[in-house]
Amino acid sequence: MLEIKGLTAEIEGKEILRGIDLAVPNGEIHAIMGPNGAGKSTLSYVLSGRDGYKVTGGSVTFDGHDLLAMEPEARAASGVFLAFQYPVELPGVGNANFIRTALNAVRRARGEPELDAVAFLKEARTAIKALKMPDDMLKRNVNVGFSGGEKKRNEILQMALLKPSLALLDETDSGLDIDALKIVSDGVNALRGPNFSALVITHYQRLLDHIVPDRVHVLAGGKIVRSGGADLALELEAHGYAGLEAA
Amino acid sequence: MTVDTFFDRSDVASLVGGSVHREAAASLIRSQGWPTRRNEAWHFTDLNARLRTLDLALPAPPPDAASLVPETTGPRLVFVNGRYVEGLSHSLPFVTLRAFEPGPCGSAILPMVALNSAIATEGAAFEIAEGSDAGVVFLVSVADATYDSVISLRHRIVLQADAKLTIVEIAQGRGVYLHNPVLEIELAAGAVLKHYRLQNESIDAVHVTTILVDIGTRAQYEAFTLTCGAKLGRNEIHASLRGPNADVHLNAAQLLSGVQHGDITTVVAHHAPNCSSRQTVKSVLAGAARGVFQGRIEVDRVAQKTDGYQMNQALLLSPDAEIDCKPELEIFADDVKCSHGATIGALDPEQLFYLRSRGIPEAEARAILIRAFLDEALEPVTDHAAREVFETAITEWWHRNKL
Repeated sequence: MLEIKGLTAEIEGKEILRGIDLAVPNGEIHAIMGPNGAGKSTLSYVLSGRDGYKVTGGSVTFDGHDLLAMEPEARAASGVFLAFQYPVELPGVGNANFIRTALNAVRRARGEPELDAVAFLKEARTAIKALKMPDDMLKRNVNVGFSGGEKKRNEILQMALLKPSLALLDETDSGLDIDALKIVSDGVNALRGPNFSALVITHYQRLLDHIVPDRVHVLAGGKIVRSGGADLALELEAHGYAGLEAA
Repeated sequence: MTVDTFFDRSDVASLVGGSVHREAAASLIRSQGWPTRRNEAWHFTDLNARLRTLDLALPAPPPDAASLVPETTGPRLVFVNGRYVEGLSHSLPFVTLRAFEPGPCGSAILPMVALNSAIATEGAAFEIAEGSDAGVVFLVSVADATYDSVISLRHRIVLQADAKLTIVEIAQGRGVYLHNPVLEIELAAGAVLKHYRLQNESIDAVHVTTILVDIGTRAQYEAFTLTCGAKLGRNEIHASLRGPNADVHLNAAQLLSGVQHGDITTVVAHHAPNCSSRQTVKSVLAGAARGVFQGRIEVDRVAQKTDGYQMNQALLLSPDAEIDCKPELEIFADDVKCSHGATIGALDPEQLFYLRSRGIPEAEARAILIRAFLDEALEPVTDHAAREVFETAITEWWHRNKL
């Protein structure tokens, strides 16, 4: 269970989050929608522990742990995964090596045995096939020379292998064509289950046709201004975000 | 100790007095003294300041240093305290272990080559016959210094036409010493020498290597040097492209911390048309370490269609680290392609966060990014045994420093 209470945060002295209250029970997928500049990405960065954001108030707990007190790597080990809106390129770092290092770091932190190269490659190849990614994706440097869609699929590949219990998907649909959107959504849906929850951050409703959320929240002006069921997304698509900031 | 005090020592005087050529070399460096910052080629590296503090003497005979010799995965030649140790080495048909006797030295001789000529007595002479492939040879120098020793080796490597050789050179040791090897290399037409070098000297040592290489028509000299050791180190290569379509690749990386000083100096002289020279030099500097890169590319009037490339990048891991970078292009031909670049930066916080967000602890994430930074420089190291030497050294450096 992810529980956010009265969360306020600023970047370089500018207040972005102005009191977020949100609870995502285990097994549920919630969507966060909202206009540009509403604080959607800031929320995902604050939850994953990126530097440069100052939490000025409130609390975030995940399965009872104080998430905000943890280093980013500890959050990952506890099951939090952020799929980046703009995945970072790592020249000189092989993708397979990167993902295996991450996977083993997380397994170590959870007290699980590490995977050797052979066992890892077997798992990775299965995941790659399921995501309809080219085989050479593991051999290439992390995100270097990847198309926008390949970068997003690489995020989903990492998620599939790290098997998080809480995924934060930050505009994972941006830059994806319809086929890639479907593949990425299938990747998320495959993880659905009682021990998986997700916060799907998106500007558009179309992703939510594929990943059907249990709840939809509208973030505007740094606050959740409306919450509802999956049909709220359709309503927003029809009427836009106009007027919501004031609420 | 000054140059004069060193050469006035009775053992040094009697060695030098045995040969007019040694005496000529000695008087040359005596007249100049140890290189100082006033010497333009040494402007960023004050060798004099360091050597003045040492009580230099010729090295003791090799002790039983088997435990200090690194593990190697191929045939090797081992020198301890500047002496060849047969019991630790393999005999190779194309190598002569020689007593070095210098010939006449010109007045243009470099000061540290002059020092070497004056006192070096041993070295390996490689002669690879036309068209043959001599495989991989480890060339190891170990120092075990109980006092401030000057260790001078003089190697000569000759590859006849279309011959091939891979050398993995490792220099390491313990104690305080000056290691001042000189390598003279001649590559005839079509010869290919891969020269991989690890300078992993004692942290109290001074290391100055000078490599003088002549590269003939279509010949290739492919070098990579990794510097991790020595309080003060300098790796100086003079590469002359003598025949058309020759190719030289002088890559290097240095990993320095504390108050280490590492200097990479190269002079690439294009004397023939259609040659290419490539250099990717990377420095990782922590603590108050200081790196120097001086790279000169000279292109003769006749050296049309020269393709020269030079890239120097530094990763500064602390606000007290420093890099001095001096690229120089001297071009007298009009149809050439020469480019150079230099970058200085810190670890990228975005990349660091990306790795950490995947569960990789911060220290490990930093290690991954540093290793990635070095990758491009390591690219020419295709030999598996050499790769392993470097990967091990990089990992050990990492564990030693825990940055």
